[in-house]
Amino acid sequence: MSATKTVAVRLNGRDRNIDIGHTVLTLLAELDLQPGMVVVELNREILERERYADIEVNDGDSFELVHFVGGG
Amino acid sequence: MGSGLKKPETPSGLDGSLHVGGVDFVSRLIVGTGKYKTNEVMVRAIRASEAEVVTVAVRRIDLDQKNEQGILHHLRPDEFFLLANTAGCSTAEDAIRYARLARAAGFNDFLKLEVIGDANTLLPDVHGTLEAAKTLAGEGFKVMAYTNDDLITALRLEDAGCVAVMPLASPIGSGLGMVNPYFIREIKRRLSVPVIVDAGVGTASDACVTMEQGVDGILMNTALAAADDPVQMALAMKHATVAGRLAFLAGRMPSSEIAIPSSPVIGMLD
Repeated sequence: MSATKTVAVRLNGRDRNIDIGHTVLTLLAELDLQPGMVVVELNREILERERYADIEVNDGDSFELVHFVGGG
Repeated sequence: MGSGLKKPETPSGLDGSLHVGGVDFVSRLIVGTGKYKTNEVMVRAIRASEAEVVTVAVRRIDLDQKNEQGILHHLRPDEFFLLANTAGCSTAEDAIRYARLARAAGFNDFLKLEVIGDANTLLPDVHGTLEAAKTLAGEGFKVMAYTNDDLITALRLEDAGCVAVMPLASPIGSGLGMVNPYFIREIKRRLSVPVIVDAGVGTASDACVTMEQGVDGILMNTALAAADDPVQMALAMKHATVAGRLAFLAGRMPSSEIAIPSSPVIGMLD
């Protein structure tokens, strides 16, 4: 077992281990993403931006982080 | 209600504006933001087109890339009205999911609904489209539904609560132009909500012919993005859209298969 405390999450289809104790807001900061430019879906539920700071990242969470791109 | 954006001037002689889902737009031209060689060219082309409404797609952020991949790093949301699409979705369920994500971005309740039924032709799955339209309209979305040139589907989409119905001119990205003007006119005649032709336009004459059918607006992407000079083509499309609308309003002369002289037939010399 690793000594560092991490949680295993799925981020945009990829498995990642991140430090324990993140909220959605600090996770976005860690990923260098501006909260206002991202929409977060956590375990198939869309999170309102006001909740990012309150929601803790748990082991097994699955995130989809989406944004607008060019399209027709 | 206005769109809240700075208005371009109404071209001289043109009637009113495109009124869709309770919002007025001066321009009847809507443009996409996909497939441009560079973001800089995209922005210049869109500005040249004078379109107020621009479509955008919802996608995963590529977490391996650094920032500024998102379209909003290039297009200012106070300059354009962002119309999110559900492009790439092939089921009603997916389209509904993408629609909700798009609305959570916080710009507006409008949605360009696309449910694609076939990967080769990109023709719409009208059953999936109708199902998604009902659900999303029920959730307060202002659904603008991409569909084929089928009158019955168009009527059902209107009944489902769509604020606009968007039949294709020809398949997405094909550049084949208006292949079925008769059905497009019939759809326009029978619907109360705006009819905006979406997809298939290749060049300015296609846009003009489309608008001459009397439809309320036109949406295009590849015709600009894949032109050798997208900025110049955008300018051409702006004029073609206005020209087609004016020609429709003017009411064209009857066509005839025999020549009819324009000059007097009497008074000719011996």
